[in-house]
Amino acid sequence: MIQDDLVPQHRKLVSSYTLVDRIFRRVITTGGLFSLVILGLIGAFLLYRGFEIFSDFGFSFITGEVWNIGDPMDTSTAVLGIGAMLMGSVITSVIAIVIAVPCAIAVALFIEYYSPKRLRLILTAVLDLVAAIPSVIFGIWGYAVLLPIIEDWSVPLERWLDFIPIFSVPSGIFGRSPFLAGVLLALMVIPIVTSVAREVYSQAPRDLIDASYALGGTRWGAIRNVVIPFGRSGLVGGAMLGLGRALGETVAVYLTLNLVFDINFRILGSAGGNVASLIATKFGEATEYELKALMAAGLVLFLVTLLVNFMASFIVNRSRKIL
Amino acid sequence: MDTPNLETKEVINSNIQMEPTVMNDTTRRNADNLEAKGESGLETRGVHAWFDKHHALADVSLHFPENTVTGLIGPSGCGKSTFLRLLNRMHEFIPKAAMAGQVLFEGNDIYADDVNAIDMRRRIGMVFQKPNPFPAMNIGENVVAGLKLSKIKSDNKDEVIEDCLTRAGLWNEVKDRLKSPGGSLSGGQQQRLCIARSLALKPDVLLLDEPCSALDPGSTLRVEETIVQLSESMTIVIVTHNMQQAARVSDYCAFFLSDGGPGHLVEADLTTSIFSNPKDTRTADYVQGRFG
Repeated sequence: MIQDDLVPQHRKLVSSYTLVDRIFRRVITTGGLFSLVILGLIGAFLLYRGFEIFSDFGFSFITGEVWNIGDPMDTSTAVLGIGAMLMGSVITSVIAIVIAVPCAIAVALFIEYYSPKRLRLILTAVLDLVAAIPSVIFGIWGYAVLLPIIEDWSVPLERWLDFIPIFSVPSGIFGRSPFLAGVLLALMVIPIVTSVAREVYSQAPRDLIDASYALGGTRWGAIRNVVIPFGRSGLVGGAMLGLGRALGETVAVYLTLNLVFDINFRILGSAGGNVASLIATKFGEATEYELKALMAAGLVLFLVTLLVNFMASFIVNRSRKIL
Repeated sequence: MDTPNLETKEVINSNIQMEPTVMNDTTRRNADNLEAKGESGLETRGVHAWFDKHHALADVSLHFPENTVTGLIGPSGCGKSTFLRLLNRMHEFIPKAAMAGQVLFEGNDIYADDVNAIDMRRRIGMVFQKPNPFPAMNIGENVVAGLKLSKIKSDNKDEVIEDCLTRAGLWNEVKDRLKSPGGSLSGGQQQRLCIARSLALKPDVLLLDEPCSALDPGSTLRVEETIVQLSESMTIVIVTHNMQQAARVSDYCAFFLSDGGPGHLVEADLTTSIFSNPKDTRTADYVQGRFG
């Protein structure tokens, strides 16, 4: 046993920073906190403005399929629910991701492992440019160019696949459908997903790729055996980032989707919507009470995208740790 | 490095308890073999290698007789590993790499236009410096990974796994946990797993690039035992920085050196001759630890 008085007194360990270090720390800390504060303020503001709606409608605001402000003088006659829009956001985003992820994988693998060096530089630059195109341009283009093309595709697609409920269109009206919006969103998120995929694929360990070759593997064998398993979780993170963008997209969806307040699973039919385009559509002429409802809808969208992005960074970080 | 043990390989090997019959089998070792230009084994003729404009290796002509172990020795940067990677066409995966000369395998130039490099690599296996089992696969899957990559159907995968792991000297250590990930093994076990993985393709030649440089002495010994046992049925070329290792496992030794210019072959001979009676003073200096 060591006597208490024999235990040497602990010395204080102080690390002192130079003035420059201290100033730098302050600046960095402030900057870091600032973005968190802004994020928190946005959430608080939306909650404050939309709180009345949540207390009036409760959970039915999220599930409801009716958007009727009733008598503008009497708020108790209003029935407001964003269920159809929220579902629309999910459906269009899922269509976008289902199309975008395989394309992004193919493009990323081509750029990293097959393309000649010059083409690689060009493709990378082009993808960055595509990512920078304003969404309203995508929207106009989608309306003017993509719409007739998708309409042409939708007719035979419906004819062959109408035994699957989501592909059948009893109304016979195609046009501005969730499928069109989904395809457009896919084109918008492909650059994001591709750039994440490219980054994770480029970090695939060279020694394992060599090992595949030394075992008589082809290039595709090495990619399937090493690169794709290695990039799997990073790719999920990239897909989530793309999903975040697709969920929040406003103008492009506004221009290419008929706003209809019915939950519509028939992706080829001309009816749908998403939360962001609902807000954009109703904002200009909203009554005071309706405005609160739009704020509440904004909060729901905010939380959903935040959740998706948190999941994305969680998954990406976890894949980094494995490295 | 201490003055290397210049006694014969047999004496050194007796320390690691090799089968005496194997180690005393001198019939296959003959200095003339190095000159033999036959249809057998692996042979290089006037091989050069470049990385872009850097001339890394110049004019190497060597013969690796069948079922022998040849050690490639020499200081860092002398082109040993480059030379090894030329022997199974791994060199060409490095951007801007180039080569000249011929590599003959069973009398055929492996760089000829009509040779399928992928099939050829299945017959000339390679084990790397850093143990690199596939992390997404368990031990058993790692062993048959080459079969999967080559789309070779095997009805008795379990037998292949047991056979290869046994020949790599790993079976007894892992037979109860074939389903655990390859990364859960120790470094030495991982390296023997990588050897087993190469064996599954039944190669005629096995190239080893400093296979023990990341391993502790005990694991090194186990890998060396494996190499000596394997050399009964296949041709082995091993790059090593460890003089004692070269003395312990190899039948022949080739000494490479770069004196400012491209690396080149200084001398190749029976390992016993290289260590006891080298023709070139630079070889003597190197194997006795005076430089490198």
